[in-house]
Amino acid sequence: MSEENTEMQLESPETLVEKIRILPGASHDLSSATFEIKEEDHTLGNALRYAVMRNPQVDFCGYSIPHPSEELMNIRIQTADAGLNAVEALDKGLDDILLICQSALKNFQSELEKKDYEIVDF
Amino acid sequence: MLNNTGVIQDEVLSQRLGLIPIKADPREFSWKDADEDPTDQNTIVFKLNIGCRFNPGASSSETDPKKKYINSSVYSSHLKWDPKGDQAERFSDSPIKPVHDDILIAKLRPGQEISCELHCQKGIGRDHAKFSPVATASYRLLPKIIITGDISGDDAYKFQKCFPEGVVDVISENGKMVPKVVNPRKDTVSREVLRHSEFDGKVKLERVRDHFIFNIESTGAISPPELLHMAIEILASKCQTLKQSISSLLVKK
Repeated sequence: MSEENTEMQLESPETLVEKIRILPGASHDLSSATFEIKEEDHTLGNALRYAVMRNPQVDFCGYSIPHPSEELMNIRIQTADAGLNAVEALDKGLDDILLICQSALKNFQSELEKKDYEIVDF
Repeated sequence: MLNNTGVIQDEVLSQRLGLIPIKADPREFSWKDADEDPTDQNTIVFKLNIGCRFNPGASSSETDPKKKYINSSVYSSHLKWDPKGDQAERFSDSPIKPVHDDILIAKLRPGQEISCELHCQKGIGRDHAKFSPVATASYRLLPKIIITGDISGDDAYKFQKCFPEGVVDVISENGKMVPKVVNPRKDTVSREVLRHSEFDGKVKLERVRDHFIFNIESTGAISPPELLHMAIEILASKCQTLKQSISSLLVKK
């Protein structure tokens, strides 16, 4: 990531440590867990929920913003498979979004270079 | 606000001024903390000095305020950029100005005047929508029009008229005039075609479930293609940040 983006996020290394935690009530093998993520909203929540749900090894994934004036986002993941716990499923979901971003950006850039569009002045 | 004798109160006028989009690339500027002093790196200064007076050339029976008075309407074009530091040099290619010149700010009558200095700073849309470079952003699915039955002759032209121009073409096929869908993207999904009984059971309106049409309208500061690029990068950087903090959870296990 370029410097510009890290700047736009307004995030310092100290906040990274506290960015995410597992809420009490997770199963012992972490096959199901709820994560509390700070300073995120529907932008990441909905995209992440979708990406995690696409994983066939995941049983359930849902997210919520418990209170609109608290900058917290909860995401619950339950996995069906013993080989994959909730943390790994979350990690996989993030990787998938990154891949989607990469390919979307690459395709967009190459289509833009073709100049196959018209510019309309309003 | 140095002087404001117009009928619009200071705070209302300030609010209106704050909503005027400025044509300046925010990436060329740095963030300004509340306790930080303004510099040429984080602040753009505009000046607004305008007074209204009678137009000596207008006839005495004139009733149109635009002709009767001079400067009866204050527009965004009256904002004068006051370059600070090396700003004049840095932005010599595209001088900083309001995106539109015809935004009405206030109305004045002879003797009234406004004199103020405007400081523009960088912010994010979450703090206030005025900081967002995006006016509207929306998406829809690509419409799909399937002709299942036989439509020909005059009905073909009637069918064509049910859709916006350019969606349906009428072509000649085996000596008959039949409609052909050429550009479903232009369809507004008005469903007009379903109101006519002669097309009953002959047409299906569907959506392509995995074809999204994204529409981004910029306020003018950053171009829409750049906005899309930046948006994708922001989403990616959100994921990167979260991935980094997850690594500590993965280790703990």
